Amino acid sequence: MKKLSIFFVTFIISFTSSFSLQAYSSDPKEFVRELVNDAIEKLSDKGISKEEKAIFIENIAIENVDIKALGLYTLGELRKSSDKQDLIKYQETFEKYFLKSLTSRLTDYSSSQFEVLNSDQKSSNYTIVSTVIKPEDGSPDIKIDWRIYTKNPDKPLIRDLIVEGLSLARTQKEEFASILSSNNNDIKILLIKLEEFIQTN
Amino acid sequence: MISKKISIFAFCALFITNICSNAYATEECFENLSRPVFKFNMAFDDIVLEPIAKGYNKLPKPIKIGTSNFTSNISTLLSIPNNLLQGNFNQLGQSVGSFLINTSVGIFGIFNPAEKIGLTPHKEDVGQTLGSYGIGSGCYFVLPILGPTTVRDSFGLLADSFVDPFAHITIREKELFSISGNDLDYFSVKGTTAIDFRADNIVNFDSLEKNSLDLYSSIKSVYLQDRENKINNSSGDQDDWGNLDN
Repeated sequence: MKKLSIFFVTFIISFTSSFSLQAYSSDPKEFVRELVNDAIEKLSDKGISKEEKAIFIENIAIENVDIKALGLYTLGELRKSSDKQDLIKYQETFEKYFLKSLTSRLTDYSSSQFEVLNSDQKSSNYTIVSTVIKPEDGSPDIKIDWRIYTKNPDKPLIRDLIVEGLSLARTQKEEFASILSSNNNDIKILLIKLEEFIQTN
Repeated sequence: MISKKISIFAFCALFITNICSNAYATEECFENLSRPVFKFNMAFDDIVLEPIAKGYNKLPKPIKIGTSNFTSNISTLLSIPNNLLQGNFNQLGQSVGSFLINTSVGIFGIFNPAEKIGLTPHKEDVGQTLGSYGIGSGCYFVLPILGPTTVRDSFGLLADSFVDPFAHITIREKELFSISGNDLDYFSVKGTTAIDFRADNIVNFDSLEKNSLDLYSSIKSVYLQDRENKINNSSGDQDDWGNLDN
């Protein structure tokens, strides 16, 4: 029994230490650089299984993406009129949906060079960090702008990715808006669709 | 004949302006029709476009890059009159310079030496020109094969064939500097451009398809954002997060 406990504790320690999240810089530009380089290093490590990579990406997202704000943003104006219980349920479901959607894209990863170009402080709350991904297979470069929320200057958070001028948050928001508008703005229908996605992916 | 054409153009412009002033960009013209057309387009993509694009991606890299450069160089021709109509003389210079250098030094546009000397013209069309005049996009709908559009952009698409020098020497069978072509030349180039675009976006499109709750709406959002950015020549970092309560 003791042996089993030692094994268990060792397993947990080694597991959590190999995937412990490092604290990234509080400077938005450095924050993005460190985070992406860390992710690229893990994703391109052939010694780590796909499941382990998924856990790493999930943890990195929970720690560094403002999922709560993203959920509220994508819900649009309905966030103001929705029932509090529905809103709590929505936030929980949205987080699961977001993480599922994020990790399912892991298979899309291919070896790339990453470069931070510049940063532009839009306000005390937001900085846009411009970066470029240079795929090693010779495909065209991909320009990605990171909307970093800096209300707490010690803990920057990612709120949106703008890929070649297309905002992922806005696309998600408009997709949800379409579902809601064709269902009498019933948040429960949106919840059902999100649950379906989580279960089938 | 010319005055008749001008009258038709003026009537259409008036019609589109009227529609656009009464419709918002995100409003649908006839969603009940657009969704089945979208489904048809997806089936067409699955059966025809995607397999061709996947085959195209297997071509040797120099052939792919050369083809992409060639079609891109021809499409620069459409940007020239549109830059003029928009009064954007910097971009006009870039378009003319790029086309001349790539057509001559770049051997009919197969190579892109213009980019190496810093000439990177934006692609402009009549829809963008109308947008730059302040004409709203009007409502949104989906065309068979051609895909997402708006009232303004579909009118622009039609008008493109009147201002595009390449369309003049091919589908309009006119001569320009003793050069002429035919319908097949025009549609071959347009078809190749579509395949090249689809081939470049295989992974992105698969990812969008896989992760969308409603692909129709996602494509609509992506299309409208892209058009907005092209009209404003911006990178799409508009801030509508401001009113989010925390």
